[in-house]
Amino acid sequence: MHELGVVFKIIDDLEEVAQENDLHEINSVTLSLGEVSTVIPDYLEDCWKWAIQRTTLLKDAELKIETIPAITYCSNCGQTYETVKYAKICPHCGSDQTWLVQGNEFLIKEIEVPDE
Amino acid sequence: MRIIELNQSVTASNDKDAENLRKEMHDDHILLLNLMSSPGSGKTTLLSCIITDMKEDVRIGVMEADIASDVDALKIEALGAKALQAHTDGMCHMDAGMTRRAYEALDTKELDMIFLENVGNLICPAEFDTGAAINMMILSVPEGDDKPLKYPLMFEKSDVLVVTKMDTLDYFDFDLEKVRERVKVLNPAIKIFPVSAKTGEGMQALEDYLQESLNKWIS
Repeated sequence: MHELGVVFKIIDDLEEVAQENDLHEINSVTLSLGEVSTVIPDYLEDCWKWAIQRTTLLKDAELKIETIPAITYCSNCGQTYETVKYAKICPHCGSDQTWLVQGNEFLIKEIEVPDE
Repeated sequence: MRIIELNQSVTASNDKDAENLRKEMHDDHILLLNLMSSPGSGKTTLLSCIITDMKEDVRIGVMEADIASDVDALKIEALGAKALQAHTDGMCHMDAGMTRRAYEALDTKELDMIFLENVGNLICPAEFDTGAAINMMILSVPEGDDKPLKYPLMFEKSDVLVVTKMDTLDYFDFDLEKVRERVKVLNPAIKIFPVSAKTGEGMQALEDYLQESLNKWIS
């Protein structure tokens, strides 16, 4: 639902990075997106395509999305499991004392830029 | 072509803006509370009750984030509080930048407490720090006691949970103890206040908490 706002935020951050590194063009942007980060990749890509047209820095930039799988840890039995498949209840022992280890990340991992 | 590694969080710049705004409002001696809830949870009614009860001692302002309407702000102003309607232009949450613009548009430092009524939904507002000192979530009895299971992040990020419309408890299948249990698993430090703005039940405890928080913030 807030993918467009997120895209604007990424563009702002990259404008800052560009200024610090004296960049005038970015060829691609790689995001690391957790599986349960509440951002929907398809919507993100649509918003991206629309928003970058309004910039010069990112006009032709390709968006690459890497997914980080969601993993939950059970503090009762000490095992981990796939969050999306089993949610809050541990499939090994049935406990609800479980915590997300990874999967809600949302990072700008790297950018590709022309050689100096 | 060369690669520049960044590994920076997408919300990092918002976090920085929020931290700056929080510091500034601390220097201004104004306590900002970010109210988050579903539409129809009784935010405006709850605020009206708080304003009526506390306005003798505390100067209260309200910033209402709505996608497009100004009905609520008019209601609040009629009670004598300073109100501002901040349109989010269709965005589903307030971020620190929007909150700062609303704060500047209020155009006064002659306040003690400002309530930011965030956009009515339980997902996006939880993900963006507004710069508020206290995040307050409102859950009404008719919404059901299963909300902590469906929207865990909102309950994790909130400092306070106000359960509203307690006067309707007899008509709904709502178990307050279950809510307590479910919420405490997600967020052991959260404070829970069951209230009814209609009958006044529980309002004193909530208002005492607000007064104490304000005293701590400005001391």
